[in-house]
Amino acid sequence: MTTNHILTVENLSTRFQTPDGEVEAVNNVNFHIDPGETLGVVGESGSGKTQIFLSLMGLLAKNGTSTGSVRYKDKEILNLRSRDLNKIRGVSMSMIFQDPMTSLNPFLKISRQMTEVLVEHRGMSEADALKRAIAMLDRVGIPGAAQRVHMYPHEFSGGMRQRVMIAMALLCDPEVLIADEPTTALDVTVQAQILDLLRDLQKDFNTATVMITHDLGVVAGLCDRVMVMYGGRVVETGTVRDIFYDSHHPYTEGLLKSMPRIDRANEDSMFAIPGQPPNLQNLPTGCAYQERCGYVMDRCCVERPLLKGFGDGRASACFREDGQ
Amino acid sequence: MMNKSEKTALLQSAGATKEIEGRSLWRDARIRLFRNKAAVGSMIILGIITLLAIIAPLLSPYAYDQIDWGYIQEGPNWENGHIFGTDGNGRDLFVRVLYGARVSLAVGLLATAVSLIIGVTYGAIAGYFGGKIDSIMMRFVDVLYSLPFMFFVIMLMVVFGRNIFLIFVALGAVEWLTMARIVRGQTLSLRRREFIEAAHATGVSNFKIIFRHVIPNVLGPVIVYMTLTIPQVILTESFLSFLGLGVQEPLTSWGVLISEGAKVIEASTWMLIYPAVFLALTLFCFNFIGDGLRDALDPKDR
Amino acid sequence: MTAMTAPDKRDNAPILSVRDLKVHFPIPGKGPFAKDRPLKAVDGVNFDLFPGETLGVVGESGCGKSTLGRAILQLIAPSGGQVAWLGKDIVGIPHRDMQPLRRDLQIIFQDPLASLNPRMTIGEIIAEPLVTHKPELGKDEIKTRVKRMMARVGLLPQMINRYPHEFSGGQCQRIGIARAMILEPKLIVCDEPVSALDVSIQAQIVNLLQELQREFDLSLIFISHDLSIVRHICHRIMVLYLGNVMELADRDSIYAAPRHPYTKALISAVPIPDPEIERNKERIVLTGDLPSPLSPPSGCVFRTRCPFAQEKCATDVPTIDRVSETQEVACHFHDSI
Ligand SMILES: Nc1ncnc2c1ncn2[C@@H]1O[C@H](COP(=O)(O)OP(=O)(O)OP(=O)(O)O)[C@@H](O)[C@H]1O
Ligand SMILES: Nc1ncnc2c1ncn2[C@@H]1O[C@H](COP(=O)(O)OP(=O)(O)OP(=O)(O)O)[C@@H](O)[C@H]1O
Ligand code: SF4
Ligand code: SF4
Ligand SMILES: [Mg+2]
Ligand SMILES: [Mg+2]
Repeated sequence: MTTNHILTVENLSTRFQTPDGEVEAVNNVNFHIDPGETLGVVGESGSGKTQIFLSLMGLLAKNGTSTGSVRYKDKEILNLRSRDLNKIRGVSMSMIFQDPMTSLNPFLKISRQMTEVLVEHRGMSEADALKRAIAMLDRVGIPGAAQRVHMYPHEFSGGMRQRVMIAMALLCDPEVLIADEPTTALDVTVQAQILDLLRDLQKDFNTATVMITHDLGVVAGLCDRVMVMYGGRVVETGTVRDIFYDSHHPYTEGLLKSMPRIDRANEDSMFAIPGQPPNLQNLPTGCAYQERCGYVMDRCCVERPLLKGFGDGRASACFREDGQ
Repeated sequence: MMNKSEKTALLQSAGATKEIEGRSLWRDARIRLFRNKAAVGSMIILGIITLLAIIAPLLSPYAYDQIDWGYIQEGPNWENGHIFGTDGNGRDLFVRVLYGARVSLAVGLLATAVSLIIGVTYGAIAGYFGGKIDSIMMRFVDVLYSLPFMFFVIMLMVVFGRNIFLIFVALGAVEWLTMARIVRGQTLSLRRREFIEAAHATGVSNFKIIFRHVIPNVLGPVIVYMTLTIPQVILTESFLSFLGLGVQEPLTSWGVLISEGAKVIEASTWMLIYPAVFLALTLFCFNFIGDGLRDALDPKDR
Repeated sequence: MTAMTAPDKRDNAPILSVRDLKVHFPIPGKGPFAKDRPLKAVDGVNFDLFPGETLGVVGESGCGKSTLGRAILQLIAPSGGQVAWLGKDIVGIPHRDMQPLRRDLQIIFQDPLASLNPRMTIGEIIAEPLVTHKPELGKDEIKTRVKRMMARVGLLPQMINRYPHEFSGGQCQRIGIARAMILEPKLIVCDEPVSALDVSIQAQIVNLLQELQREFDLSLIFISHDLSIVRHICHRIMVLYLGNVMELADRDSIYAAPRHPYTKALISAVPIPDPEIERNKERIVLTGDLPSPLSPPSGCVFRTRCPFAQEKCATDVPTIDRVSETQEVACHFHDSI
């Protein structure tokens, strides 16, 4: 099969063994990413957003296993040996995290951490690598990059560190950039800067981007397509307009309604989805959203709704559309 | 909607009759501890040793200070009832090892308890109040640390004579220093936690905050350290006994027995081996339990 | 709208009046002989709070929001200024006199789990303020009240013997609210009470706080960095920057017509969950980061990032000007920009 998808994920499932039983963190997830496109992944905390991408980057915790298929272009990469994976990881596919300090080594200068990749993967000389590192820091808007490159991570502010992370992720011109809540820890004004930067970079580099976030506002401004997760499964996918203006799944609908908006004077009380997020360790039989859903039917409690497509790459996992 | 209302109805009917029991962190830890084979095995062995020590007089026809003139320094012999043999005074070694266990375990437990009470209170107060109070209290600990305590204990023994009570106090007084430091460190980091601040905001008194909020939350590392202190105290007591400063004859401890055995190691190996095996076994057991507790109390480390 | 427009209680006396409140932390200088330098976490804040009112405190990380909240409750000793509670200054009053006041002053924290003692059952946690302030109540009476409060905040009363780690974040926050409410206080400082929660749970907690506020005529100080939530719950909003008040206005004025350049930038930076609006809205993107609070800029503290900064801003500290009945702004040029 030849497609122009850069990344194709099929039937990806990820499980964790814990002393208290198995956790099904990711269940049967399917999606793909095309060049230059931004995919937004939204969902409640613990819904499996991060684990999908840790699985495909081969970065799962030791107690986790994944099954299914992940193809980078036409090459199967799920469960590859890490030696083979390293040819792709950080080179063609990079990931940035919420807390930059976890992925920066506090004891090494930024220059060292940035040139290492280039020297190793691109065979560049130290001097060339340093030049490229400085150019990249400059590109992500770090003032005085030539001097700053010789500083340690703790000498940067939170926003600056996130810029450094983005610069590092883009060093080898990756085709896929996975951003896991890159702005959640930042202030709104700095978040706005970083989002602007990501928008710009995408125009320049045509990188396929995955934006994991719980902020629907970020998705609205940045993404082309959206994938909504609930309880370890994808419950709805569609273009950003489909999702925001014509959502089909009750969870998506509830999420959008419960989002406070800065551009609107509010009514008396906020719309709230009742109940608590599900516990992945003992999901109910049937739909994971049943206890909080306003449309719940008898069928929802016994049978699990499958993700069903209805034209134009849209899909939703809910019985409501079936009309009983 | 049916499903939901059904569930709430169910929950409400349950609520009318019964409060749901919670699973405390202690219970979780206990469950994890009991999954650890080495720790459970150690607890069983220690239990047996303790039990033997308690019922020692019932197990043997001989008393610990009774001299059996017929068998002076004889090897183990099942027929005459001296199953571990006898010592140079013709006293039954089996009974003496178990009586030694009484003393050694008692010293270990009591001295540790002394260090626990002083150390935890002292450390929690220093860490909780912080600032100048903390500096002064911890400087005092530093000063005590730098004194050559072994020497101090030996001096005490020489001046006041061999007194088992003194041993408890002396050992406890040495061990609380480390305990205080551990507790203080834990308290310092706890002090900034929101639940302590919430208690403050409500107007709970400092004294109650320390005993209700601080101490229960530092108990984890304290218990681990405690299980490692007991064998240390037993060893220190043995060392004192080895130097001839331990308990008074005819009472005995493992340290005393080992030191006597070591003197006659060539002629009568059993006099060294039996107490030594008991001592080593006990030390190992405490260490395994300590390790098990550490894992059980720190769930991140599963 | 009706219920949300600021309560018509301005004619009443404020329950809390904060005047020129300052909190300076001494930071040890570098080198053995260097003097301590003051970190001005809160530097001259003024406001009044009326019964039944919610005041929002917004600003970026490190601007002194939490410090302000704690200084009001005397959990941190202020370095200067006054905090008048029911007309009486409580700054520096003896511990003994402060204790009885604490039953009317409560706090809720950002991290729901960390604000509950992991070794206590939630029944013990919620009962603690009662046990402290009303020791005369019997065990049964305390338990009844705790259960009643649990039901009120949406927890099943039979969960009374459970431990915090057995609850989700949203439920833990409800426990925190139950503890704060059990003495029926007059003021609760909410320090980012929903920031750590999922969007779908945030709305539940905000609604709960609003219901309780109406029921008990509570005053709230709602600290947050999320301007959308603040728009929803607060009657008036105070914008802080490096420990200084930039703007203080009622909700409708501040969102409809922000007057301070920083407020404008803050509001425009919040993403709107609507693709059309979000992609076409006008954006004011501030450059640079927050300056170090140890060496704040001279004059107007915002000038290093202000797109309208002029020479005067570097030399003169702007005073807070009242631009309308309900709006105060600290900017030299609020008329012209
Ligand atoms: N090592 C592990 N062992 C057991 N369970 C795990 C492990 N790592 C993650 N999980 C579980 O997998 C589930 C999915 O986690 P994931 O990190 O993908 O959530 P998320 O959607 O990224 O949430 P967040 O928004 O909080 O980052 C969670 O319920 C988590 O408890
Ligand atoms: N105990 C302290 N000692 C010294 N400096 C402190 C102390 N507490 C706070 N600060 C400093 O005071 C300033 C204000 O801190 P504060 O916690 O009030 O900010 P905040 O607005 O609540 O931020 P956030 O949104 O991150 O919670 C910060 O620069 C902080 O580093
Ligand atoms: S399947 Fe049923 S319970 Fe699940 S979202 Fe659809 S209507 Fe609701
Ligand atoms: S006083 Fe000057 S620097 Fe400050 S906000 Fe106004 S224009 Fe900007
Ligand atoms: Mg995540
Ligand atoms: Mg804060």
